[in-house]
Amino acid sequence: MSASNLERVLKSGNFAVTSECGPPRGADSGVIKRKGEFLKGYVDACNITDNQTSVVRLSSLASCFILKGMGFDPVLQMVCRDRNRIAMQSDILGAAALGINNILCLSGDHQKFGDHPTAKNVYDIDSIQLIATVKRMRDEGKFLSGEEIKGRPDMFIGCAENPFADPFEIRAMRLAKKAAAGAQFVQTQCIFNVERFEKWMEMVRDLGLHERMYILAGITPFKSIGMARYMKTSVPGMDVPDELIERLKGVPKEKVAEEGIKIAIETIERVRQIKGVAGVHIMAIEWEEKVPEIVKGAGLYPRP
Amino acid sequence: MIIANRKPFEEIVDMLKPYKRILLLGCNECVTVCAVGGAKEVAVLSSELAMYRAKEGQPIDIKEHVLERNCDPEYVEALIQVIGDREVILSMACGCGIQFVGERYRNIPVLPGVNTTFYGVTEEHGVWTERCQGCGNCILDKTMGICPVSRCAKSLFNGPCGGSQGGNCEVNKDTPCAWQLIVDRYKERNMLHRYLELQPIKDWSTSRDGGPRKRVREDLKI
Amino acid sequence: MRLNYPTNVKIIKVPCTGRVDVIHVLKAFEHGADGVFLAGCLEGECHFLKGNLRAKKRVAHIKTLLDECGIGGERVAMYNLSSAQGQRFAEIAREMTEKVRQLGPNPIKIEKGSNN
Repeated sequence: MSASNLERVLKSGNFAVTSECGPPRGADSGVIKRKGEFLKGYVDACNITDNQTSVVRLSSLASCFILKGMGFDPVLQMVCRDRNRIAMQSDILGAAALGINNILCLSGDHQKFGDHPTAKNVYDIDSIQLIATVKRMRDEGKFLSGEEIKGRPDMFIGCAENPFADPFEIRAMRLAKKAAAGAQFVQTQCIFNVERFEKWMEMVRDLGLHERMYILAGITPFKSIGMARYMKTSVPGMDVPDELIERLKGVPKEKVAEEGIKIAIETIERVRQIKGVAGVHIMAIEWEEKVPEIVKGAGLYPRP
Repeated sequence: MIIANRKPFEEIVDMLKPYKRILLLGCNECVTVCAVGGAKEVAVLSSELAMYRAKEGQPIDIKEHVLERNCDPEYVEALIQVIGDREVILSMACGCGIQFVGERYRNIPVLPGVNTTFYGVTEEHGVWTERCQGCGNCILDKTMGICPVSRCAKSLFNGPCGGSQGGNCEVNKDTPCAWQLIVDRYKERNMLHRYLELQPIKDWSTSRDGGPRKRVREDLKI
Repeated sequence: MRLNYPTNVKIIKVPCTGRVDVIHVLKAFEHGADGVFLAGCLEGECHFLKGNLRAKKRVAHIKTLLDECGIGGERVAMYNLSSAQGQRFAEIAREMTEKVRQLGPNPIKIEKGSNN
């Protein structure tokens, strides 16, 4: 077992809670610290996004280190868009050396959607190959070149999966590939359509994946009706049922955010009932201060 | 074939500003088929340039010529008869042709009239799409004959990213998701289980990453 | 019918407007024409099925080329009429002449036959 707190919580059979922090678009470490203060004590581990939506931000590795200093168990997100295998292996070693023991391996959003759409992308390896790379470094003590690593990185390896993207029939198989490559946990894309998620979980269980890895269901609270609409229409791979938008519309304007939190808590309660779900990953986008309310509301506080 | 796009007119006009006697050079191969640099397109650009420069009071003397190929020394050699008093060559051949002509005729600038874009096919009359990136290490046998290197915006080897929706790529809604196509093929042939095979990390040294490439067949050398 | 139409209109006969290529129209302007119009059959009535529809697309393309090189895309137009509509032809010839007159002469004045 690694030094990861998240791994400890999951192995002990507790229902895990993770959340995430988006680093600032500047060198101010205070932003990370402020976000960290909101989450402290309410999560078992905290992801730091890696230039999410291809917008340049303070690096994930540096932010992880700042959170580590605050007593967090950080999850280093690493995308394949910006680094080749040389830089990735180097950053994995760097993270391990700084006591960061969780990594989330991602393809990364295409740069077209970010602030540098004219950039060249890398994609030397894909997210599944990145999982296998970390595993090899950790378990075999070898670089991709086959050469020996002096001082293996201690990592709890994670991945993401979108149960709502197409082609739907291979979404569980894709997770199976990730498990086979060495992923030990998965954090899913935001779940708004619980029925569809249940269907996906059924496929996941049919493949026995819930016994081979920990599945953390992705939860995102709606801040406003506009956000719900935006996620439905403009974010690729999102499934926001109309009923949810109608429900938000049905409450007075000043109560919409509250209703959004309520929906998030209900979603947690529903996914918790699904066999094979080992925890939740709360992505409160630029709304980190609401995570404690959600965690408490779902009866998941205090943390083990 | 190689697909190209004509450069914006203003850019061409700007490049040709210092010159009066130009050779507008086309190619009878790929750029003719993709309607960007054959005899027809050479004539059209020539006419446009002549009108533009006449209007500006800077008349231009354009000689039009189309080579059978711009990428073979025999044909390029024959240009010597054509160049004559030309000050500059504006080439509508692909990037290979532009350079190759420039290598042979060092005393005259050879300027690009097109942007060379990709290796592709004619999907329908007037529509060309990309199929190959020349990575030097073909895996079409493992991906049901559909190339994820060139046709997936992220060149993913193990399946679609989270942005595949309704069969299309998130980067461009008109572009089919390569992995959707691969999965569809798997299903058509009842081979979906093959998707579970992990594709190993690619050796990119055969691609551009390994430096400029060269192929030699000793038996053909004279 | 003895219809009158402006004498400045020179008719070039082609078997079908589908025969008219981009370069033909550009050459007319290059040699000093102030305006060009294509008179094709009515849409749906092409003897060669799609000739006039192809011409329509080409005219649209020619407009962009003429705009690029500063001649002006409005100097070219596509009209559809049947061979029985002599009256309409005369009307179009007058309409086009009037339009081109308003635009003024072709900005280039290349003498016929020079340069090519």
